[in-house]
Amino acid sequence: MRKGPCKMELLVASAIGIMTAAGLYLLLRLRTFPVILGISLLTYAVNVFLFASGRLTIGAPPVLRDDMTVYSDPLPQALVLTAIVISFGMTAVVVMIGLGAFLGSNDDHVDDQPEDTQ
Amino acid sequence: MSLFILVALPFLGALLPGLMNSAGRSACAGVTFTVSLTAFIGLLTNLPSVLAGEVVTARVDWMPVLGLNFTLMLDGLGFFFALLILGIGLLIIAYGRNYLSREDNMGQFFTYLLLFQGAMVGIVLSDNVLLLLIFWELTSLSSFLLIGYWKHLPEGRQGARMALTVTGMGGLAMIGGMLILGQIVGSYDLSVILQNRELIQADPLYLPALILILLGCFTKSAQFPFHFWLPHAMAAPTPVSAYLHSATMVKAGIFLMARMWPVLSGTPEWFVIVTTAGLVTMCIGAVIALFKHDLKALLAFSTVSHLGLITMLLGTGTAFGAMAAMFHILNHATFKAALFMSAGIIDHEAHTRDIRRLGGLRTLMPVTFVIATLAALSMAGIPLLNGFLSKEMMLEEANHTVLFNVPWLVPVLATVGSVFSAAYCFRLIGHTFFGPVRDDYPAKPHDPPAGLWMPPAILVVLVVVIGVAPFLAEPFVKLVTASVLGGEAEVPKAYFKIWHGLVPALYMSIIATVGGLILLMVFKPALRIWDGAPRPEAKVIFEAIVEAAATLAQKLILPLHNGAFSRYAAIGSVAIIGAGFHAWSTGQVGPATRTAQAADPVAIAGWGMLVAATVGLVFLHRNRLLSLILIGIVGLMVSIGFVFFSAPDLAMTQFTVEVVTIILLLLALNFLPKTTPVESSVLRRVRDVAVAVAGGVATFGIAYHFLLRDAVTTPISEFHLANSYKGGGGTNVVNVILVDFRGFDTYGEIIVLGIAALLIYALTQSLLGGPVRARLLNRKPDQPRAGDMHPMMMVVLTRVIMPVVMMVGFYIFLRGHNEPGGGFIAGLIVSIGVVMQYMASGFNWASARLHYPYHGVIGAGVLVAGLTGIGSWFVNKPFLTSDFTYVRIPPFEKFELATAALFDVGVFLAVVGAVMLSLESFSRLARRAHEPETEHPMDIDPSRDVEDAKGAV
Repeated sequence: MRKGPCKMELLVASAIGIMTAAGLYLLLRLRTFPVILGISLLTYAVNVFLFASGRLTIGAPPVLRDDMTVYSDPLPQALVLTAIVISFGMTAVVVMIGLGAFLGSNDDHVDDQPEDTQ
Repeated sequence: MSLFILVALPFLGALLPGLMNSAGRSACAGVTFTVSLTAFIGLLTNLPSVLAGEVVTARVDWMPVLGLNFTLMLDGLGFFFALLILGIGLLIIAYGRNYLSREDNMGQFFTYLLLFQGAMVGIVLSDNVLLLLIFWELTSLSSFLLIGYWKHLPEGRQGARMALTVTGMGGLAMIGGMLILGQIVGSYDLSVILQNRELIQADPLYLPALILILLGCFTKSAQFPFHFWLPHAMAAPTPVSAYLHSATMVKAGIFLMARMWPVLSGTPEWFVIVTTAGLVTMCIGAVIALFKHDLKALLAFSTVSHLGLITMLLGTGTAFGAMAAMFHILNHATFKAALFMSAGIIDHEAHTRDIRRLGGLRTLMPVTFVIATLAALSMAGIPLLNGFLSKEMMLEEANHTVLFNVPWLVPVLATVGSVFSAAYCFRLIGHTFFGPVRDDYPAKPHDPPAGLWMPPAILVVLVVVIGVAPFLAEPFVKLVTASVLGGEAEVPKAYFKIWHGLVPALYMSIIATVGGLILLMVFKPALRIWDGAPRPEAKVIFEAIVEAAATLAQKLILPLHNGAFSRYAAIGSVAIIGAGFHAWSTGQVGPATRTAQAADPVAIAGWGMLVAATVGLVFLHRNRLLSLILIGIVGLMVSIGFVFFSAPDLAMTQFTVEVVTIILLLLALNFLPKTTPVESSVLRRVRDVAVAVAGGVATFGIAYHFLLRDAVTTPISEFHLANSYKGGGGTNVVNVILVDFRGFDTYGEIIVLGIAALLIYALTQSLLGGPVRARLLNRKPDQPRAGDMHPMMMVVLTRVIMPVVMMVGFYIFLRGHNEPGGGFIAGLIVSIGVVMQYMASGFNWASARLHYPYHGVIGAGVLVAGLTGIGSWFVNKPFLTSDFTYVRIPPFEKFELATAALFDVGVFLAVVGAVMLSLESFSRLARRAHEPETEHPMDIDPSRDVEDAKGAV
């Protein structure tokens, strides 16, 4: 393995942190579309976070081979796999609710109180 | 009959009345009656063992870890109560058939009644306190439905709410008490708890447990100061009042006191609390009852009073008291249910229950007169009727009870209570049936058909038979008493006799009867004094308390929950970050145990793209189309990251989900504004940045920390890796986990996914059905439309590619068990293939060629997965146990057949159905907004021009 100043763990952790921060910022916006984008970014962050809880392993997918003894952790992968599919379903529901609200009122604010909109 | 069936029968039967509703009222009542009768006979089949003194048990371990087991037991006490519940239930069903009018929904009524019946039977047969609590709450809920059955009456709704609030709060307290008991004993099984009297009574938590359990009992059995809900529950139809509020549900609290008698009673605390509450309730109830003009209200307060009497008897803690209590439960159930039904008959025939408007019914309703008079005289304690016997026993017991070191207190109060009790019974008879016949009844009263008077008549026959020949009831009551005492005390030798000689109880009885007659004579002046006296109105106090609680809750909630989503999101985020910070600053972190892996330039480049896209998204999110491209890049880089870190299944899933998500967002963006305006102030944005950065730093910190450390304990993944091939028959461990090890989770997840898709469909339907439809139809597109909406190149390409996509999907599915792939991914790939047809050739063309509705596909998927799971029951294995074998059909190589693959088919179908239903719903909205599409796949089609040209020629 080549030595370098940059470490994998740092890259993944910082990616999780940056995606979370961006997701949270967009989640706090006032219109439905950026909020949905924020939720999507948070979904990526959470999924990668859960996946990373199995630690990072390169070149050892959890597919059994006779000549291999070390595998990456399969359990977080299985959980994240269903999480990805479910999050699609949930995103679709949220988009539908947002769309329905916009079509019904011609307004795509997420807040229903005037004090939060300027 | 097995106890399980006995408890399950009413619940299962509750499904029938609703189904039979359209078959007519008699069929509806008939089926309910049959269900109850079956349970009743089933109960009687257990009679020989109960008589032999055995305890019939049935046990299934439900959640052994929590101590929650489905254990049932049938002893004398349980048998006695079950007999009352089912026996009187039969009479009530027959009575209810004739009582309810044509406007009432009978199916609903009997469904609620059977639910209630099942819950009651469950309470009295439970051998596990947690199970008992579940049934206990079920009785509260079903009685709520029954009290509020006449939804159009505000009194009904208010009464139901009050009953639910009071009994529900009591139930909550009782849960606490039962959990304490279970903790003391170390088991939640009643049979174990009942063996540990010394242990429980010596425990410092005995008193809290006792108080909490008694709160539950007192609220349920309407003991002072919680008695006020019962009269308001009288807004229910009379069969409900007769069944729940005289014979069964209000006795549940008493049942529980009797059940717990061996371990809870006998202490000074028990004696003082229970006896005092009973005595006070008995007197207050009797006094109020005398001055009530509504027949049912009078009977309700009289029930309160009698429940107090029974509670007091249990409170004395003596074996004789317990026996008198059991006997009085039997007697009270017979005469009080008969009286309620008589009151219902009078209400039904005379159209009023107000005693002041009645009188002289003796000659008009002779049958009802005989029934009601016998029952009321029994309640007053007149000899040769059963009420006399148990009332004598009560007075006898009261005579020996010394409360607060005042020897005369209990006997005097018991006598006072009896005086008023006799007085309201005499008033009930005198003012309703005697006196002159009036000419101003709201309706002309006459005796009802036999269907209405027969049920109370049967009960009155029991009243007289037990009253004349008490020795008939004696062995049974003693058997019940023995199981109440549970070996803690000997069953008293005393015989049940009408004549005990000139004992003090007899004098007290005579005082009560004579006093009652005198009170009736001076009723008018007494009523004037009563009406003039100030007294607290329970309903007003109750409503004030509820109002205050609601105001407090609103004051707490409204500032936090004011309708602004961004506010909740901010509060939620800050709270979570705060909790995380607390954990971080108080917890300990061990040293790093893993060495960090060096990153190569490709990984750094990928990271750079991901970060650039993420940061770009934040700055460019106002341009919504651009932000879709950026989020696509993020998703793509995440997929590549999964490949890089040895998760090929995840990469394939993420990649395909990315495609459908982008299509979905594009479909939505079609309608939404294309840009986001700048709205929030700089200050607000600074605040949001602060929250976001804090959250980002927190997740970064925790992720970085655990990435450099090994798990504290060995991950269970080792088990999965070791058993995937041996036990699951697959080498792709991720897929084996999904369809085998954790198949039940996956099963739940495909159901959730299906529900999400159905929800989207339902929302679309309601949008298209509402005013939005017109807006969509009149909508002017805010962007220029493409001149060629279905270009020929794309149509041809997608159609050529379709079989290839299907084959890829099929291949990915088949290899899923051993190589990366499987039902989820195959489902997504096939969905993309189908979506491409919609996009290229148009909605009409594509949907005309699809023969299966997507709801059906989702349903089929869940069904296939479920049936695969159920299949393992046939070989006596738990749900979703998988099996596999290898077969060889000559020209092919050896291949594997696994039930898990069948389960994966279910997953595949559910995913295809859910994804397609969601996207189809979105595009149906879009279709409304366009001018109608043509049936043709391409807008410009050279072959069609040729045909048109031919047609023109």
